[in-house]
Amino acid sequence: MTMTDPKPDAEALYAQLAQQVQAGLAGTAKLAIVGIYSGGAWLADRLAALMGVTDIGYIDVSFYRDDYAKKGLHAEVKPSRVPFDVQGATILLVDDVLYTGRTTRAAINTLFDYGRPAKIMLAALVDRGGRQLPVAADFVACDIALPPNQQLVLHRADDGRLSLTVDHA
Amino acid sequence: MLNPQLNKHGELQHLLTIDGLPRAIVTRILDTASSFVGVSDREVKKVPLMRGKSVFNLFFENSTRTRTTFEIASKRLSADVINLNISASSASKGESLLDTIDNLAAMHADMFVVRHAQSGAPYLIAKHLIDTRQSHVHVVNAGDGRHAHPTQGLLDMYTIRHYKKDFSNLTVAVVGDILHSRVARSDIHGLTTLGVPEVRAIGPRTLLPSGLEHMGVRVFTDMNEGLKGVDVIIMLRLQNERMSGALLPSAQEYFKSYGLTPERLALAKPDAIVMHPGPMNRGVEIDSAVADGAQAVILPQVTFGIAVRMAVMSMLAGS
Repeated sequence: MTMTDPKPDAEALYAQLAQQVQAGLAGTAKLAIVGIYSGGAWLADRLAALMGVTDIGYIDVSFYRDDYAKKGLHAEVKPSRVPFDVQGATILLVDDVLYTGRTTRAAINTLFDYGRPAKIMLAALVDRGGRQLPVAADFVACDIALPPNQQLVLHRADDGRLSLTVDHA
Repeated sequence: MLNPQLNKHGELQHLLTIDGLPRAIVTRILDTASSFVGVSDREVKKVPLMRGKSVFNLFFENSTRTRTTFEIASKRLSADVINLNISASSASKGESLLDTIDNLAAMHADMFVVRHAQSGAPYLIAKHLIDTRQSHVHVVNAGDGRHAHPTQGLLDMYTIRHYKKDFSNLTVAVVGDILHSRVARSDIHGLTTLGVPEVRAIGPRTLLPSGLEHMGVRVFTDMNEGLKGVDVIIMLRLQNERMSGALLPSAQEYFKSYGLTPERLALAKPDAIVMHPGPMNRGVEIDSAVADGAQAVILPQVTFGIAVRMAVMSMLAGS
């Protein structure tokens, strides 16, 4: 799906992503789901509950970012938690918005410091293009082309409902 | 007065003392440290943040634990560590200290971790780096004279937060040789910065500096009185090597009045924790039954110290 609507319906996109992930990964042995803070972690929680996956982790990629020398450490680093055996696992990495691919690169490096997974796959709610690294998602709900000065941000309300906003930098 | 700790954006540039650090920065160091705690439990106990950076450990005064934990913290951040054990001598002060710094900076040092017997030595180095426009080089004070030991203070704050969750209802007692203790000063600044309502200093009058009341501290010379109802007890080492003149009759006498025994510990709250910066003098300031008891958190302090030093160094190197 390609959308140009500036306010895409995050819940509809999630439903679509969940359908793709279920169709693609049903019956996978040693499946684990890892969300990238913060939006990816919310999505990972829901996907894991839906699929009955108990091996779930969360990672903050701040310690692996390639812009540390330029921007320093992110002010609100969260502890990464990967409480399952990464060795030999098939890991579905979940992010909200796929853009340059640098976050994905950092997340893959983070995972490898916990062990050697059998396979890592990537799911993203939105692919906004603009890749700077050879990274592609295995599951993606929609493509939204955005100019570089705009930012797509996932929010979660107190009742758990997800929404997307387009912020201008 | 120049506060060389912060750059013009208000970010931590050097860590010299907790005194005067904004509460937000102290809290951020503790929060960042909690993310580093898990790194030491992984298969690969390293993150690549400081890859390619050179950290120089400049220990003008002996230390095993602090130097080792700084070295481990640097290595877990993927930095290259160079240890220089420069023992204190009458020649290494003033200009020669700054000459050493200039030479090491010419070797493209990115960070100096400095331990010095003279109060203010790390400040002098930081000021020199600022004056000579070498602001890309950072200084961490690893203990200077009687002045400050900020990373020990921060790891103590981390330990207290870990066990007590919140600082706003605590009574904390610092016990022992406060006069000679840079740890005590850093702890008191940390505790007051984080809003601990009651900080107590307990010790013999000869080992209590004047002016503690001005730091917002309640002073006790009777240990039994001072320990009543406290949540946290921070024991200090009786610093024999700093002892000059007849401040104390004997170590045995000291233990009788100020040693932490199980009986005295019972005066504190039942869930009180016992801390000690190490190295401990068993039977001088602390009884073995307490040091090895269920309420002691002395070894967790050491473990947390690595994460706290990783947090400080990664925040400095990224500023």
